[in-house]
Amino acid sequence: MNNHMIDIVETTIDHHALVERVRSNAAGAVCSFLGTTREVTGVRRTKSLEYEAYRSMALKKMAEIDAEARRRWPIVESAIVHRVGVVELGEISVVIAVSCPHRDQAFEACRYLIDALKACVPIWKKETWADGNEDWIHPGLETTDRLSEPGRFTVDSEHNPVEPHASGCETIAAAAETIDGEHS
Amino acid sequence: MIIEVRLFADAKQKLGAAIVTVELNEPATVADLKRSLASRNHELGRMLRSCLIAVDEEYADDFASIKPGADIALIPPVSGGSIKTRSTSRFSRN
Repeated sequence: MNNHMIDIVETTIDHHALVERVRSNAAGAVCSFLGTTREVTGVRRTKSLEYEAYRSMALKKMAEIDAEARRRWPIVESAIVHRVGVVELGEISVVIAVSCPHRDQAFEACRYLIDALKACVPIWKKETWADGNEDWIHPGLETTDRLSEPGRFTVDSEHNPVEPHASGCETIAAAAETIDGEHS
Repeated sequence: MIIEVRLFADAKQKLGAAIVTVELNEPATVADLKRSLASRNHELGRMLRSCLIAVDEEYADDFASIKPGADIALIPPVSGGSIKTRSTSRFSRN
């Protein structure tokens, strides 16, 4: 665990310890979020999840969203820890803990941090279903075969090929604005 | 120049490799890299439209230049990217 409380780990996350670490006499509110492995998605049953990270970039992006949250809310302490590898049913894959002077700030900052992490940080999950099948979860991943269209990758700012995956970290500020809007 | 491209998740699994190597003429951009990857490997070409390219650990648009020795990664959509975004035009040009 580093001093900035931003980490990617391969073992169980001690969420209680993280919540205790963000507690402060300067804060009147502590908000935490735990992401856990859910068994049922629609009609399918999950056996376990496996997370993979582009570790160095993920840590950098986690630090960026933390900095952006601190710019927008008077955060006293924060912790962002994600687990990689196999995460069994009910186990914790990610923890956000944040302390602020007042509860509205803590709720909003916590919500922002988990949403921005999910949108921007290069960490992926694979479902291992109870029936033995496995699927990497890539929302919006192109599945139809449009390989040979001429000019598909022409350089055109209005038709940028990255469009279907609009959740790069340039949208961190936009994410915060969206949350602001929802709460105003 | 020879560029190594890191692969993750489904891309890594489909290609059966954590890194693919491509040769690009200098000067090169992300768009050049995408063309090269698409022509080199059918599976990659199919995935590219919905993936981002990271250059030195930053998301890069098609205009971004690729220098020799750059750290390049193919970034498939991340697992929970359901946040509302306003416009892809927020991607900055380098």
